[in-house]
Amino acid sequence: MAYSEKVIDHYNNPRNVGTLDKSKNTVGTGLVGAPECGDVMRLQIEVDENNVIQDAKFKTFGCGSAIASSSLATEWLKGKSIDQALEIDNMDIVEELALPPVKIHCSVLAEDAIKAAINDYRVKNGMAPVESEKSHH
Amino acid sequence: MIKLPIYLDNNATTPMDPRVLEAMIPYFTEKFGNAASRNHPFGWVAEEAVDYAREQISKLIGCTEKEIIFTSGATESNNLAIKGVFEMYQSKGNHIITLTTEHKAILDTCHHLEKQGAEITYLDVQADGMVDLAKLEAAITPKTILISIMYGNNEIGVVQHIKKISEIARKHGVLLHTDATQAVGKIPVNVETDGIDLMSFSGHKMYGPKGIGVLYVRRKNPRVKVTAQMDGGGHERGMRSGTLNVPGIVGLGKAAEIAMLDMEKDAVRLSALRDKLENALSTLEESYVNGNIGSRLPHTTNISFKYVEGEGLMMAMKDLAVSSGSACTSASLEPSYVLKSLGLNDDLAHSSIRFGLGRFTTDEEVDYAIEVTKTAVTKLREMSPLWEMFKEGIDLDSVEWAEH
Ligand SMILES: Cc1ncc(COP(=O)(O)O)c(C=O)c1O
Ligand code: FES
Repeated sequence: MAYSEKVIDHYNNPRNVGTLDKSKNTVGTGLVGAPECGDVMRLQIEVDENNVIQDAKFKTFGCGSAIASSSLATEWLKGKSIDQALEIDNMDIVEELALPPVKIHCSVLAEDAIKAAINDYRVKNGMAPVESEKSHH
Repeated sequence: MIKLPIYLDNNATTPMDPRVLEAMIPYFTEKFGNAASRNHPFGWVAEEAVDYAREQISKLIGCTEKEIIFTSGATESNNLAIKGVFEMYQSKGNHIITLTTEHKAILDTCHHLEKQGAEITYLDVQADGMVDLAKLEAAITPKTILISIMYGNNEIGVVQHIKKISEIARKHGVLLHTDATQAVGKIPVNVETDGIDLMSFSGHKMYGPKGIGVLYVRRKNPRVKVTAQMDGGGHERGMRSGTLNVPGIVGLGKAAEIAMLDMEKDAVRLSALRDKLENALSTLEESYVNGNIGSRLPHTTNISFKYVEGEGLMMAMKDLAVSSGSACTSASLEPSYVLKSLGLNDDLAHSSIRFGLGRFTTDEEVDYAIEVTKTAVTKLREMSPLWEMFKEGIDLDSVEWAEH
């Protein structure tokens, strides 16, 4: 299967690979997937006092599309408020990266990781976690 | 200058040897006759070529010319062997023994027969991919008509002790079929000394053309028969109808002749190159060679690089054509059933890469492959949350994963 140019670009030059200090209250961490499934994504956000995402980092164990999806997600997250970030839909990622149907689950994983990171941040800071309105699995 | 990309997927298919192509060409054009045309020289020329190919092939595997049935490839040979024996020997029994690590052409054929009343035992292999001979013998019942066990495994390269398996089959009066697609032309395979009753192999895995294969069917001690799966003009002693693919047959014959000459030399050179590759990649932390390393094909190695996923890894090795047992490479999204049969955890199966060297693989290509693979593994591990956790000493089994 051939990858789209955008997937290849993100894969070759992944944006924002790295680790934030998960013990900090300003950092939210989402770890989703499982090694047995062949994909694990960790996405972290650093949020300022106005609930705006200042930094985002990822590490992903998975296929090229999963790596590209998480790389793209970190780009999109920066500068968004945590409420705006919740609006990111996996189909936006599918469209941007031109993922084929068999790779849609890689983008679902990225959306799940975003939600998990935001919830981690919310809970740490005394806010209620938001329910995911759709179930993918 | 080294030419990219580098082909290291010779278990999937091999390039055709130029000597094979040369032998084939006249049979597409001026020598186009139908080998079954008995009444004119066009047919005679074709028939002669087919007979000569039978001779070349029979020398390679130690049989007689009449024991060779030409098919379209190993998939068809496997179907013909298993379905054909099941139908022919129904009065004797309905039980077939095979392995969980067989090629899909065997497993799916067996699944098909189950719907028609066959009883199939799918034996598990040991952690190194080898059959447990005691378990095999214990699985035989009075209803057993056939054991089908592959010679060399396509994914991990493990070579079974076929001679010992055939001794068990003989002792119990059970026929032995072997899918030798990965072995014929690569290592010595002899149906007499190995005690094989039926054997499948394919042109395109031994530097011959695609679309041509053989089913060897023993004619003496015992005389074996299979029910045809393709009805028609009664070609190939009634076991496989259809106009013979003369250029393909000529090519397979030539490939067999070349194998007689080059096999040993190739095997010595390729196993040295394979060992070099394997040793160099084993210096990477947390890399594991899959399958028995004492009994395997000379040109194959299958290595798991823990904490990186195979498809992602292959993308970083983009100048290398290799294959992975990872789910993400397959439509089914299931990791390799062969690796799982060895008892490998899914995460190791997802992390595996198969390197298949071949006659045309050079030293420089292997050196290049080593560098590319090392760089790719290192790059992907830097991106892997699992690698980071491993490095921090976190036991990944203790983590509660959000399975999806
Ligand atoms: C062990 C084994 N059996 C059977 C086959 C199928 O061979 P063919 O492509 O000739 O049908 C293959 C090739 O993929 C193989 O490796
Ligand atoms: S992570 Fe499995 S297909 Fe993308």
